[in-house]
Amino acid sequence: MAEMSLRTFVVYVEDKPGVLNRVASLFRRRNFNIHSLNVGTTHEPGVSRMTIVVEADADKARRIEANLYKLVNCLYVDDITDVDSVNRVLALIKVGVSAADRAEVLQILDVFRARALDVSPTSLIVEVSGSQGKIDGLVTTLRPYGILEMVQTGTLSMTRGNAARDAGPPTIKAQPTRAA
Amino acid sequence: MTKENSPEFPDRTGQSLTGAQIIWESLVREGVEVVFGYPGGAIMPAYDAMIEYPIHHVLVRHEQGASHMADGYARATGRVGVCIATSGPGATNLVTGIATAMMDSIPMVAITGQVPSTAIGTDAFQETDITGVVLPITKHTYLVTRPEDIAPTIREAFYVASSGRPGPVLVDITKDAQQSSCVFEWDDSPIELPGYRPEYTALEEELRKAVELIQNAERPIIFAGHGIIKANATGALLEFVQRTDIPVACTLLGLGGFPATHERNLGMMGMHGETWVNRAIQDSDLIIALGMRFDDRVTGNVKTYAPNAKKIHIELDPAEINKNVKVDVAIVGDVREVLTELNRHVGRCERPEWIAKIDAIKGDSAVRDIKNMPDMGKLYAAHVIHDLYRFTNGEAVIVTDVGQHQMWEAQYYKHDHPRRLITSGGLGTMGFALPAAIGAKFGVKDAAEVWVIAGDGGFQMTAAELSTLKQEGLKVNIAIINNGYLGMVRQWQQFFYGGRYVATPIISPDFVMLAQAHGLTGIRVTRRDEVEAAVKQARETPGTVLVEFQVEQMDAVYPMVPAGADLHDMIERPHNPIYETGADAE
Ligand SMILES: Cc1ncc(C[n+]2csc(CCOP(=O)(O)OP(=O)(O)O)c2C)c(N)n1
Ligand SMILES: [Mg+2]
Repeated sequence: MAEMSLRTFVVYVEDKPGVLNRVASLFRRRNFNIHSLNVGTTHEPGVSRMTIVVEADADKARRIEANLYKLVNCLYVDDITDVDSVNRVLALIKVGVSAADRAEVLQILDVFRARALDVSPTSLIVEVSGSQGKIDGLVTTLRPYGILEMVQTGTLSMTRGNAARDAGPPTIKAQPTRAA
Repeated sequence: MTKENSPEFPDRTGQSLTGAQIIWESLVREGVEVVFGYPGGAIMPAYDAMIEYPIHHVLVRHEQGASHMADGYARATGRVGVCIATSGPGATNLVTGIATAMMDSIPMVAITGQVPSTAIGTDAFQETDITGVVLPITKHTYLVTRPEDIAPTIREAFYVASSGRPGPVLVDITKDAQQSSCVFEWDDSPIELPGYRPEYTALEEELRKAVELIQNAERPIIFAGHGIIKANATGALLEFVQRTDIPVACTLLGLGGFPATHERNLGMMGMHGETWVNRAIQDSDLIIALGMRFDDRVTGNVKTYAPNAKKIHIELDPAEINKNVKVDVAIVGDVREVLTELNRHVGRCERPEWIAKIDAIKGDSAVRDIKNMPDMGKLYAAHVIHDLYRFTNGEAVIVTDVGQHQMWEAQYYKHDHPRRLITSGGLGTMGFALPAAIGAKFGVKDAAEVWVIAGDGGFQMTAAELSTLKQEGLKVNIAIINNGYLGMVRQWQQFFYGGRYVATPIISPDFVMLAQAHGLTGIRVTRRDEVEAAVKQARETPGTVLVEFQVEQMDAVYPMVPAGADLHDMIERPHNPIYETGADAE
């Protein structure tokens, strides 16, 4: 059995209702395990972009790509696992911090290049971005102070440099809006 | 079978039409001649508008029948089959037929009514999220809420259903979209879908590698799958075999893709493939797989599957490559185009030793024994099917149900032409045969006789469609292989569950009376010497004739590779098949 590892796909889809459901349903049905999935609009009207991190070996990765292409609304798939790229997770963490501990916590944030976004007498909201490892590190460090809540995105990925990847990100002709 | 004397209907493009009218305008423009369906609240506007159009509607008795009929029509003709149902229960009743079509890559468009767009999400009466329900069992789905979207969506649905690797597409249309009006436009320019890639062209490099493997192989074997039939590649395959002299094994759905009576045809492979076919596969040094997907019923245990064979996989769907079996050369493309290309490059070759070896094991043939079985008064399904083959000159369109009789059909009815065997392969849907045969008959019309071969169990699942048959005045002959059991499951109980026949003995209505109750002719056959007369009578009688064959109850399909076992690990037919049953041994 070939080695399973985390693989990152950039997937462009038509921005239509139900497309996320189609992608998620495909992964569930084919027994592909999603590690994280992030989706949002792009600068191109009508095009959404997903970053999907999946547990897969190289062969499974190829089948994931082929299956994604079978979705009528899927425009372009790029397996960037082995391509030099920037990968970021964004997290917001609310920490229970009294005035007494505040200075100490702010110092920690400095080390992690995180920032305080909101300060109240008993808590502060931290914004941090970076690799999942860095986020996890900060969470561990802040835990003794009391984490009240946290939220994070999935991984967002972009390849470095401006080398066009194959055909490059797609654009689509403006189409009459039609429910999917 | 379209509406008689239908006047050329007027061109209404540019006029204001209701969404309901636009549905039929679009279907007519897609060349639809017949639809199979059942009305209800959310689709009533469409039904009301239907009367204006030259499309024949077949009223089914259960919407499952509608989706199987559309499927049978598509398999018989290669064209898109259309079924139509109301929202909620009408739509959910289509599901089994849609799943059946998906598994066997059948082009189908299913149109469902939906509650008004303003009511969606409110759990309105008969509201079901049918696009959600069928998402994993369709090639694509659409929900249409505005009349102006109906024509472009139906056009796109037909295109998606029939292009590339075909499949079912569902178009769910809200009632308000059917009721409101807009100016009807029909755009017949080529459809552009930005993300849809139905076609692939074979890479030179892969073709070159394939040619080299083919030239150098000593013990090659060709697999003919459903893709051969779908791609209309039977001619190209015949030429390929004539050039290369390589024997051909067929998948269940590939039967008819290569003439069964051709000397290089080995027959069906897999779980109920004949021994020599599976042995040849295990022995081969090269497999050339054409338009098939190495289903588990074909491979058995993949770890021990064809261990010495290099594999060339020629297939339209890239997602099938290396899915079940790792291959050495993958050629993604239209099977006919690829074969045509290969025919240009492979030289003539002969492999007398390999052919002789296969011919020798083929000599073991148990089929021959069955054919020559003396008539001891007992009726075996094998007799029935072999006789049906003989008396229909091997030319009938046979639509089978699922079970033992299906496998016996595959073994004993030799199909020389494509689209003459219609059977649910991937899903194995009992209840498929009768409705699918009705659909097939609408497809082939008078060009071929259509026979159903069904088990007593499966026939009862959709027997209500006898009434549809009668209402449509069709002639579809029906052979029920009545063994008093859910035979295939009984066989598994016999082999693998210690002979505990739990929930497999099944009684049936008096099939002759059932036929008569529908105003059809019924015949009962219990002895071998009655088969010929019954088949002849069925063929000569106007209208549908149902023939019930009461066959040996404990007969089994041989050979059999137990699920997941090694392909060469077959349970073989007992030496003398006439002594297969306990009663015979006495
Ligand atoms: C809808 C459905 N339910 C259950 C099965 C499982 N199954 C496969 S074959 C079979 C027995 C079929 O019995 P019958 O129709 O009498 O045919 P026979 O095997 O006796 O020829 C059953 C229950 C199935 N394939 N489809
Ligand atoms: Mg039976």
